[in-house]
Amino acid sequence: MTDSAKHDEILLSCQNVSFRYHKGPWILRNINLDIRRHERLGLIGPSGYGKSTLSRLLAGYDSPTEGEILWKGKKLPQKGFCPVQMIYQHPEKALDPRWKLKRSVSEGWQPDEELLKRLNINSKLWFSRYPNELSGGELQRFCVARVLAPDTEFIIADEMSTMLDAITQAQIWNVLLDEVKKRDLGLLVITHNNSLAEKLCTRIVDLRDINGAF
Amino acid sequence: MKNMRKHGILNRRTLTLIIIALSVIIILAVTAAGFIMDEELYAPHFAEKNLPPSGHHLFGTDWMGRDMFARTVKGLSVSIYIGLLASCATSVIALFLGVIAGTFGKYASGIFNWFVDIFMGIPHLILLILISLLLGKGAKGVAIGVIVTHWCSLGRIVQAEVLALKDSQFVKASEKLGKTKLWIAFHHIMPHVVPQFIVGLILMFPHAIMHESSITFLGFGLPAEQPAIGIILSEAMKHLTTGMWWLAVMPGISLLIIVVLFEAIGSHLRMLLDPYSAQE
Ligand SMILES: Nc1ncnc2c1ncn2[C@@H]1O[C@H](COP(=O)(O)OP(=O)(O)O)[C@@H](O)[C@H]1O
Ligand SMILES: [Mg+2]
Repeated sequence: MTDSAKHDEILLSCQNVSFRYHKGPWILRNINLDIRRHERLGLIGPSGYGKSTLSRLLAGYDSPTEGEILWKGKKLPQKGFCPVQMIYQHPEKALDPRWKLKRSVSEGWQPDEELLKRLNINSKLWFSRYPNELSGGELQRFCVARVLAPDTEFIIADEMSTMLDAITQAQIWNVLLDEVKKRDLGLLVITHNNSLAEKLCTRIVDLRDINGAF
Repeated sequence: MKNMRKHGILNRRTLTLIIIALSVIIILAVTAAGFIMDEELYAPHFAEKNLPPSGHHLFGTDWMGRDMFARTVKGLSVSIYIGLLASCATSVIALFLGVIAGTFGKYASGIFNWFVDIFMGIPHLILLILISLLLGKGAKGVAIGVIVTHWCSLGRIVQAEVLALKDSQFVKASEKLGKTKLWIAFHHIMPHVVPQFIVGLILMFPHAIMHESSITFLGFGLPAEQPAIGIILSEAMKHLTTGMWWLAVMPGISLLIIVVLFEAIGSHLRMLLDPYSAQE
């Protein structure tokens, strides 16, 4: 593969994806979407339109009711470290409440001091704490560090900064964008905030335009 | 003012610990006393028949002149012992089956739910009596009866907890970080299930004890020569009309107190083990 072909490679692809919870109404209907390596895709839309549902499918947390999600043309690997990693809106739910943060942050790999420092993680003070002793912004830094493992190739950020204050939001996005550019990672930003998407992304898709369910 | 409030919070936690410790001590003391008790203490003394409670005989004596306090302690100790054995065994079964049902997909859950529905559908007492009769009454029959009938509700709690955890964001994240199912079961699921399980186990004791007493009372449990609390109560019923109220009332209240103590341990332990409310 030439460099430019690699640059343009389709990483994640939705092929006629439909989804509903149990026997409920269709949340997603016939979604077709390709996400390439070179782009930073923003997926926008008002809340309740299925953005989080789609991100869970893309990350392999759930399987589509119909259709397929492809990673580089194949099914996402079910076992082992997943190249697609998700950062979620509620960091307190993404961390085991009975685990100290040192253990959580190194669950998939051992983040280096330099990265922790850039994320403003106070390892001396925070590593020995439990999640309910830190704020949402502090916890989200841990979740970002946790998914930036060497084997990660694609990051899905689902309303990652919605619950955070402006300063924390800017800090975390700076680090994440730096890493994405430096390591040529794919990035999908999910938000209901259009101006945030415009600031961060190279292409923006409105879920209402591609979702046949609405 | 601020100091006083701090003091109040500290006291509540300490108070919880004191209640648990006291209950444990009383239960252990009764059990131990029953075990090491000299048989002479509850042997018949026909010179001291039908005495009401007094300083000398705290719970009075029966129609054979047996000291009712000693008999009650002995009876409670037997009941607690059988209750403990049966509760522990049935809880381990509940944990095992609940974890399996929660972990291994639809079929395991289906089979598990089917069994639970059957066991929960039949009244415990009937099943207990049947099993006890089948196994020739006695302590073994009672214990096995309790074991067979009591794993369902705790098993279902364990299963529900496992299912909720499996769906949780931090378990999904762990899977995607490359952890195996078995690893997750040990490191993420177990630490959440075990505290719930321990509380459930302790709250099982009073159930087991009450069931043991009630089928013994009905004559399907322990043999009449054993000083079990159910035997004491059923004998007392025959003499109630003669006005010897203490024969039933004193042992009955004692049994109630033991049950309440177990409930107290369970509910206070839950307050201590729940990290979300306890660390406030
Ligand atoms: N676990 C679930 N079970 C049933 N319905 C759900 C579940 N999660 C989300 N939904 C429904 O799916 C729809 C889309 O939700 P979601 O994907 O969270 O939207 P968004 O992220 O765009 O706000 C909503 O109507 C929501 O009520
Ligand atoms: Mg959402």
